[in-house]
Amino acid sequence: MAHPLDLLGGLLLVAGAAFLLFGGLGLVRMPDVFNRIQAGTKATTLGTLLSLAGMACLRPEWGLKLLLIGLFILFTNPISSQVLARAAHRTGAEKTVKTSVDRLAEDTGEAP
Amino acid sequence: MAEALIHLAATLAGIAFLLALYRFFRGPSAADRVIAFDVLTIVAITGIVLVAFVEGRGIYLDVALIYALLSFLGVIAVARYLERGL
Amino acid sequence: MSMLMTAMTALLCVAMLVAALVAIRGRSLPIAILAAGLVSLVASVLFLILASPDVAMTEAAIGSGLTTFLFFFVLGRVRGGEND
Repeated sequence: MAHPLDLLGGLLLVAGAAFLLFGGLGLVRMPDVFNRIQAGTKATTLGTLLSLAGMACLRPEWGLKLLLIGLFILFTNPISSQVLARAAHRTGAEKTVKTSVDRLAEDTGEAP
Repeated sequence: MAEALIHLAATLAGIAFLLALYRFFRGPSAADRVIAFDVLTIVAITGIVLVAFVEGRGIYLDVALIYALLSFLGVIAVARYLERGL
Repeated sequence: MSMLMTAMTALLCVAMLVAALVAIRGRSLPIAILAAGLVSLVASVLFLILASPDVAMTEAAIGSGLTTFLFFFVLGRVRGGEND
């Protein structure tokens, strides 16, 4: 019988990889650029953090380095997502027909 | 038990890598390809951590650390380029 | 080399070929630069599987980070000289 911490770490690792898979699936299935940014950044951030937590359970002596990796991902991934979404908005990326609200265009006083 | 879970996690991450690669290959606009590149980097970080566990060497985590630090640099560069151009 | 490592190596080789194909056959210049960065990323993970973390670290910092950034910086400067 395995150590309980090993089992917890393995389950967290599988959960994180499942979130990565959902992120990739959303990247393929979503209809326009903004939805793909949404699916491809948030789900993969959570998936990577869960994977790092599971690995920290499996190997507790790597905990500090894994914590550093998680912190850097937590800081830098939203920045890249936001910058990319703003660039896509400014270059006029096409939206789906279901998109009815565009707060950034309202705030900057552009078209409705 | 832990071995089977590691293999399952690696399989799921590999499928995610393939899906993001499909979007990188097909992506109609440049922003699609950039977001696919970002997802590929994130999945590669998880893959590096899995390789470090399987090989049992903690020094491999430094590469994942460098990717976590530098992954947003390329995305910000191409986003700035797209904003000024077009 | 275990079964898992072999499967991961095969997947990475396929990814490297796809990225190189996009870099060669792509129509626009930024996408070719991005695909070259992807080739460098995959090469870095392959170096890691081949048990050389120092080479992988250099490839990650120089090839995937600095080169992509430098190419986009220069591409922003020389814009207008030529049509792609």
